[in-house]
Amino acid sequence: MKTPLFLTAALLFAAPLAAQSTDLGEPMGDGGEVETAFEQDAGEEDASGLTGSTTDTSDWTDLGIAIPAFATDRDRETAANADGTAALGREVARVITANLRNNGLFKPTGPDSLPSPSFAQITSPSWGSWSGRGAEMLVHGYVRGRDDGRLVVGCYLYDVALQDELIREGWVVRPADWRRAAHKCSDLIYARLTGEDPFFDSRIAYIAETGPKDARVKRLAVMDSDGANHRFLTLGSATALTPRYSPDYSKILYLSYVDGNPRIYVYDIGTGRQTLVTENRNPTLAPRWSPDGRFILFSMAVAGNTDIYRVPVTGGQSVRLTDTPGIDIGGSYSPDGRQIVFESDRSGTQQCYVMDADGSNQRRITFFGGRCATPEWSPRGDQIAFTRIAGDFNIAVMTPAGRNLRVLTNGWQDEAPTWAPNGRIIQFFRTTRNAGRSSLWQVDLTGRNERRLPTPVDASDPAWGPIRP
Amino acid sequence: MNFSVSKTSAIILMTSALALGACQKKAPEELPPVQQTTSTPAPTPAPTPTGPTVGSQAHFEQAVGSSSVIYFDTDRFNIDSTDAAALQAQAQYFARFPQLTFTIEGHCDERGTREYNLALGERRANAAKNYLVSLGVSPDRIRTVSYGKERPVALASNPQAWAQNRRAASIIIN
Repeated sequence: MKTPLFLTAALLFAAPLAAQSTDLGEPMGDGGEVETAFEQDAGEEDASGLTGSTTDTSDWTDLGIAIPAFATDRDRETAANADGTAALGREVARVITANLRNNGLFKPTGPDSLPSPSFAQITSPSWGSWSGRGAEMLVHGYVRGRDDGRLVVGCYLYDVALQDELIREGWVVRPADWRRAAHKCSDLIYARLTGEDPFFDSRIAYIAETGPKDARVKRLAVMDSDGANHRFLTLGSATALTPRYSPDYSKILYLSYVDGNPRIYVYDIGTGRQTLVTENRNPTLAPRWSPDGRFILFSMAVAGNTDIYRVPVTGGQSVRLTDTPGIDIGGSYSPDGRQIVFESDRSGTQQCYVMDADGSNQRRITFFGGRCATPEWSPRGDQIAFTRIAGDFNIAVMTPAGRNLRVLTNGWQDEAPTWAPNGRIIQFFRTTRNAGRSSLWQVDLTGRNERRLPTPVDASDPAWGPIRP
Repeated sequence: MNFSVSKTSAIILMTSALALGACQKKAPEELPPVQQTTSTPAPTPAPTPTGPTVGSQAHFEQAVGSSSVIYFDTDRFNIDSTDAAALQAQAQYFARFPQLTFTIEGHCDERGTREYNLALGERRANAAKNYLVSLGVSPDRIRTVSYGKERPVALASNPQAWAQNRRAASIIIN
């Protein structure tokens, strides 16, 4: 305890503001590219199967989908699986099955209770063996190991009753990225059957928490949308909070106490280095990206009063967007980048406000009696999710005008919503009363499909990134 | 508006601080009666050779007792009369040891969202700092930091615990 206090004192009273990086772990490096190997021609697409797009999940949650093991043209060694490409094909099918099942979508049956098709049957299913299984949809696919070590993964969706192909696509991936092919296949199936945009091939940044309530260790961590490929990015000697992935996944904004004060850092994922968001002695909080990734919103407390600022990612002059004696904090851009929803207690309690991106035209949008905190604009633009404080904390949604408020969760303390890339699912963190244990949860817009996300340790502050480039 | 109230009482307190040369703890007559605190501050340190040394947190706490921490109402950051008395005791200590620098930590209870609480803790730490500055402590000696709801001292989820966690704590740097 003595040493960090002494260090921060030295920083405060001598020469502050060197961007300390003493809490950073090993860099994870840039991810690999996923190349599309083939896709269905637009004119080739058949409009059969489910028609139109549905907004109520009840229409398609009962749809049975059979997902047998992906075949391989010849079983060969691959860095993606110790048992070769045939075993990898079974793993790919398992990942797709888990994706569809865990998100309350459809009734998938996985490869462990289904016969395995041959490589030749992938493009020509043996209909007779699939029609009696109660599955309306059939997924086939293959994994082919190339001589250069890369993998080609093909994904096909068939309508069993019509005995017809609905869609197909294939990708070339590095062995390390094999799960991305499984997520892309999941996205292909999901988007084709629901008419919604994809969301599986995405990542989540969050805060991993360990230790007792009065001495919590809070570390920056990242994982795939299904919890795989988990990494801790900080070591835990300094408290880390409120991460946000950049739209291109190259950087993460987050708050760290690494120099003893709460400050926002821009962490570069490729190099594992970080810089302060602004060279300034004041505490900076609540970082956010603009949708195009060119600007950063941050909140800064000057002499105790917090306001919202905007700064170009490349550095330069910060522009102050709010100017009230109240706490103005956070902020979330509309998908077109023209408006910002934010939180302010200028009326006496936390409420949500909308302003134009230049700070003009600020107006309050919430008048429901409780408090509105941590508003997040949906990537579709049609909804704003927020923490509704009315005794307990719940996750709720409303229109950008503040109307049609719907409460989606009923935990004791559900906080900090973040949207799936397609705006259909919301993640948040739930804290238990007394014990203070935290965990990540997600809920769909109906509020009916709620589940806990598996994380290695307790978790808070989820931030769901967009579909990966 | 909270600041104007604080400033008024600050002037009153400065006057009374000057009057009370012997560091006696006595609420000024101008202020409304305050709730009796359970522990009485011991403003005069007992300088024994084996006791805590100047520059340590222990020495500060031995001198001011429970006055090293002030408490706030839910969502508030104003300095009430109890806080004012505690900060007066702190100001007297820091006047006696002008070489000391210290941190004021602003904290909140768990019944606020994480980011808002970081901002609220900033307000609380700065309210305490401003009050001490009004009592004559140089702002150059005071560092502020907010921990929001990240560092509770009382661990239950009930009104008693929340009241203990809504605080601004003065911590000796050196």
